[in-house]
Amino acid sequence: MSAPALSSLALGDVVAEAELALTRDSLVRYAGASGDFNPIHYRDDVAASVGLPGVLAHGMLTMGLAVQPVVDWVGDPGRVVDYQVRFTRPVVVDPRDGAVVTVVAKVGRLDEDAARIDLTVTFGGETVLGKAQAVVRLEP
Amino acid sequence: MSVNPELQGRSYPPTAPYLVGREKVREFARAVFATNPLHHDVDAARAAGYADVVAPPTFPVVVQEHALARLLADPEADIDFSRVVHGDQRFSFSRPIVAGDELTATLTVTSVKSLGGHSMVTADALVADASGEHVVTATSTLVVRGDE
Repeated sequence: MSAPALSSLALGDVVAEAELALTRDSLVRYAGASGDFNPIHYRDDVAASVGLPGVLAHGMLTMGLAVQPVVDWVGDPGRVVDYQVRFTRPVVVDPRDGAVVTVVAKVGRLDEDAARIDLTVTFGGETVLGKAQAVVRLEP
Repeated sequence: MSVNPELQGRSYPPTAPYLVGREKVREFARAVFATNPLHHDVDAARAAGYADVVAPPTFPVVVQEHALARLLADPEADIDFSRVVHGDQRFSFSRPIVAGDELTATLTVTSVKSLGGHSMVTADALVADASGEHVVTATSTLVVRGDE
């Protein structure tokens, strides 16, 4: 599995797209794996008591899964040398229907040895992560 | 109630060493929908030049949390955890984390700002391996909501 060459990329190219379906089970799994047991991520009563519209996905779960289409595209998670996001809007996960998060990954900048991939991450038509950027190390 | 501005520049002692387990890497990878074989298959990871399975890019949060816990427990910081919202997050790697790494995190508060009744606290967790080499810097901004 070889990574794409920088010379094959142009600014604005869409390099990956994905629709990721979250359920409440996903939140419980992430709570256990990450150690973040804040009950707003699995208890409706607690979420309601602090004024939230429902149980929310962990921001770090949304961040974690949003980069996966990029990892699959480059074929090696070790090529991701920098990754940042701003948490702008919560992802409310319905107990029955879950939530579908959409990721579109585009080339935002090309350097000598790396490409910056800009992610547009949406839920229900609205952006949930701002300035979501992954820098991936690539050969010329 | 705003966060103590004197926190800016404060550092906390390194966290106790965190040993990255192979099954923990696999568990975390499954939790973030990471299906790349390098997260799961030791032979594939070794064939790609890694010592063991590779952790997903957001895995350092697990170690960072231990460091942030010190800030949140600092009575002088006076941060009400129930009012904390995660504002932004960044990971800057020197190299990827692999199973078998023994990691410590050293937290430094780089900025404390007030904005419209809220406080924004930015902290860098420098994550290093057992030989003291830098692995990743995890930077978080926590927004502490003011009284309504």
